[in-house]
Amino acid sequence: MESSVLTVAYLAAGILFILSLGGLATQQTARRGNAFGVIGMIIAIGATLFHPRVEAFALTGGAVVLGSVIGAALAARVAMTAMPQLVAMLHSFVGLAAVLVGISTYLEPGKDLVGAEHIVHQLEIWLDVAIGAVTFTGSIIAWAKLRGSLSGKPLLLPGRHLLNLGVVLAIFALAVPFAPLHAPHGMAYLLTMTVLACLLGVHLVMAIGGADMPVVVSLLNSYSGWAAAAAGFMLGNDLLIITGALVGSSGAILSYIMCKAMNRSIWNVVFGGFGATPAKAPSGEPAAPQGEVSPIEVDELAEALEDAESIVIVPGYGMAVARAQNAVQDFTRLCQEQGKTVRFAIHPVAGRLPGHMNVLLAEAGVSYECVLEMDEINDDFSDTDIVLVIGANDICNPGAETDTSSAIYGMPVLKVWEATTTVVLKRGMGSGYAGVQNPLFFHDNNRMYFGDARATMEALVTALRGKKAA
Amino acid sequence: MKVGIPRECAAGERRVAATPESVTKLQKKLGFEVMIEKGAGESAAFPDAAYEAVGAEVVDDVWGADIVLKVNPVQGDEIEKLDAGQVLISLVSPAENTELIEALAARKVTLIALDQIPRISRAQKMDVLSSMANIAGYRAIVEAAQNYGGFFGMQMTAAGKTPPARVLVIGAGVAGLAAIAAARSMGADVRAFDTRPAVKDQVKSLGGKFLELEFEESGDGGGGYAKVMSKEFIDAEMALFREQAKEIDIVVTTALIPGRKAPILWTADMVETMKPGGVVVDLAARNGGNCELTEPGEVVKAHGVTLIGHTDMTSRLPTVASKFFSQNLVHLLDDMGGAMNWRVDLEDEVVRGAIVLNEGELLWPPPKREPPPPPPKVEEPEPVVVAEAAAVAEPKEDSGAGTIGAMLVAAVLFGLVGAYAPREFVQHFTVFMLACFIGWQVVWNVAHALHTPLMSVTNAISGIIIVGGILQASSGETNTAAILGAIAILVATINIAGGFLVTQRMLAMFRR
Repeated sequence: MESSVLTVAYLAAGILFILSLGGLATQQTARRGNAFGVIGMIIAIGATLFHPRVEAFALTGGAVVLGSVIGAALAARVAMTAMPQLVAMLHSFVGLAAVLVGISTYLEPGKDLVGAEHIVHQLEIWLDVAIGAVTFTGSIIAWAKLRGSLSGKPLLLPGRHLLNLGVVLAIFALAVPFAPLHAPHGMAYLLTMTVLACLLGVHLVMAIGGADMPVVVSLLNSYSGWAAAAAGFMLGNDLLIITGALVGSSGAILSYIMCKAMNRSIWNVVFGGFGATPAKAPSGEPAAPQGEVSPIEVDELAEALEDAESIVIVPGYGMAVARAQNAVQDFTRLCQEQGKTVRFAIHPVAGRLPGHMNVLLAEAGVSYECVLEMDEINDDFSDTDIVLVIGANDICNPGAETDTSSAIYGMPVLKVWEATTTVVLKRGMGSGYAGVQNPLFFHDNNRMYFGDARATMEALVTALRGKKAA
Repeated sequence: MKVGIPRECAAGERRVAATPESVTKLQKKLGFEVMIEKGAGESAAFPDAAYEAVGAEVVDDVWGADIVLKVNPVQGDEIEKLDAGQVLISLVSPAENTELIEALAARKVTLIALDQIPRISRAQKMDVLSSMANIAGYRAIVEAAQNYGGFFGMQMTAAGKTPPARVLVIGAGVAGLAAIAAARSMGADVRAFDTRPAVKDQVKSLGGKFLELEFEESGDGGGGYAKVMSKEFIDAEMALFREQAKEIDIVVTTALIPGRKAPILWTADMVETMKPGGVVVDLAARNGGNCELTEPGEVVKAHGVTLIGHTDMTSRLPTVASKFFSQNLVHLLDDMGGAMNWRVDLEDEVVRGAIVLNEGELLWPPPKREPPPPPPKVEEPEPVVVAEAAAVAEPKEDSGAGTIGAMLVAAVLFGLVGAYAPREFVQHFTVFMLACFIGWQVVWNVAHALHTPLMSVTNAISGIIIVGGILQASSGETNTAAILGAIAILVATINIAGGFLVTQRMLAMFRR
């Protein structure tokens, strides 16, 4: 195939990828966007197969078929609550592929480059492998943490910042003997660096607490994009560069949004400043509010809900863990049938992945039109009769606005306490991921409805049905 | 202190200035003693027994009370029954009733005119004009329905279908808005006109269409009333009405400018243009009417159109009108201190505005208050430009110094790349930077709710690294390189297939 035809095919694929992301702007166009992505990918792969140097069709075809089967099986079987793990795993694959392609490129005798061109090419390989390796191991650790195979607690080695810095410097330093033409032991340097980068990935993610996983996953998403872009530079392939840049900026934006929603800087998250805060707490413990919480039983809550006109539900990760979303949807439908307004308020960091709550609610059948973002609903709480907080904590902590000593002070939160009544569904009085006590529980207009979110919501639905029948 | 409520003697008046509910508040909360004339509440469905039950004294003559509460101005021999030191609170319309005021001044009476209460936020709860206007607006639609030969709402039945009634409301003040709401709730197609563009949203919020002129002039005359408009404006308005008259079934006019004869807005030829069977309800009938053919107090027919000129709209809903009226009075008496701290305080803005006579001394009209400065006119920014700017600007605020610093760093980097990097690299670098910016722009538009699908889609398309794998798998000469390439193809394909399929699965779940 003519090389300019190939270039045009890549251009078409690049445009389709951009349209694919653009399609996600609204729910109505999202499916079309996904289709654009698929078409773009088919064009890109098809065109590559016509590349003059591609000969190993059997090997390629075998790998593609096997990979497709595995990928399809993963996609079909994954539970929506397990989406974060899947996403993390897929990131690691991109990282792995980048490492493999990088090493493979080095092994290939390839082009006769000299001078600056050679050095640039060597550095491109170097960068591709380094980013790929960090993404690979970092994502594996993130996957294990999200899955629960590893504890969500941050692993804080002494002097970890120096350690990170040292590794990064070593990665740079090793590039010096690697880059020149006919440098001896090039492979040894490359592999050493790969191992170092892998360790860096492990260490970086190990140090990050469970609550920050959404940011880490978005950040790794970004890295996987940059790894693809680096591979593009290495292979001189514009499509890889474009796609990598798209994915990289997408992940960067998601990380930025997440950090903004937690009122923290990206550095603070990456270098684990936050996970370390429990150590700060002993200095006086000013933030522990005291007082009585008043529990509520299912019958009383059902009665209160009978009289309510406007209800807002604030779901958190606890709802996902208890798999209560179907019971919540039953409840929503029941209330809507009685002419009540039921809406959902989603905090940007609710769940373990950006937009995770939306997917879970969508799976349960909740209409996306009654699912609102924080900014859309925060002014409406004062007109709301009852707010049900289901398995969420930090995202509706009034201390974030008032208590300067709180670890989450300044983080934008859902102002649920402005509603007439709030009811918090929780298993016990434990604090959230941020390790901060929530003064909301002690407010006069707050009631606690203790129990497993799924069991309590199902009991509530039964109680409401009973009332309706009576 | 004693409060007396006489029976209204004006013809057709069915309201009363106190209900059993308001009597309870006057006695229990404000500490007054209440006496009420026999039969005062009868026409408003409040029998004497109901007043007795809440502890009011039902008597033949209440005119000896310290404070007399009334709906309508006193008339005839009622004037003689008042004496020095007594306070009379009622509607007065002082501009039209100068003789009455002179007579009461001679008797050294204190007179407070409910219709003169200033229209400020604090006084809203005492504003009888608003509460009565609301009732009149509702009743106007009821009267219209009574005289209209069709349904208000659209109906499709086995016997045929009928379109919705088309209702035009002129003047979207309190009465107009109430009429819009009532007509909408019966299913009519409602449109409204007002000289004040500010009420457009209020009309829309009730489900009405707001008719607009291609004309720049605000009719806001302050105090919630419209002002008199220029001739050009009125001509344009009339043209609009003539156009509307062709298709309208029902017109409700509510245009009143305080102290003036009502403006003629619905002329004889408009009535003639209307379809036979149409209805005009003229809420300004008491001030002469907005419709040229209205006969105040009468229901007449002209050109097949029914013209309703009732001047007693509120009296036609006597129970609720009395309830609201008496509640306004309770608030006023509360504001004036109740029985314990009763005081006619001329410093009080509400009292100063409403008082006509203070122990016979004429205090009306009140001195003009400096109107509060109008809110500074906000130049409407051109919205299109702003929207574009917002989309282009990064959604974070940067200090100027930071931006300049970043630009310098970028300039140095770009310079280095340009000076030393090979040509091919520079080309790729160009593509890379542009793609970063496109990605940045596109991804900000992605809906928050779709962030998880966004991640899985980006997962899938970052599987594009398969292209590298395919090229390496065919490098042939070195087996290791080919095998590494094949493994890269494998994992990248998992990404592509897994990413796209799981995205599709998720997106299929999102539904309205």
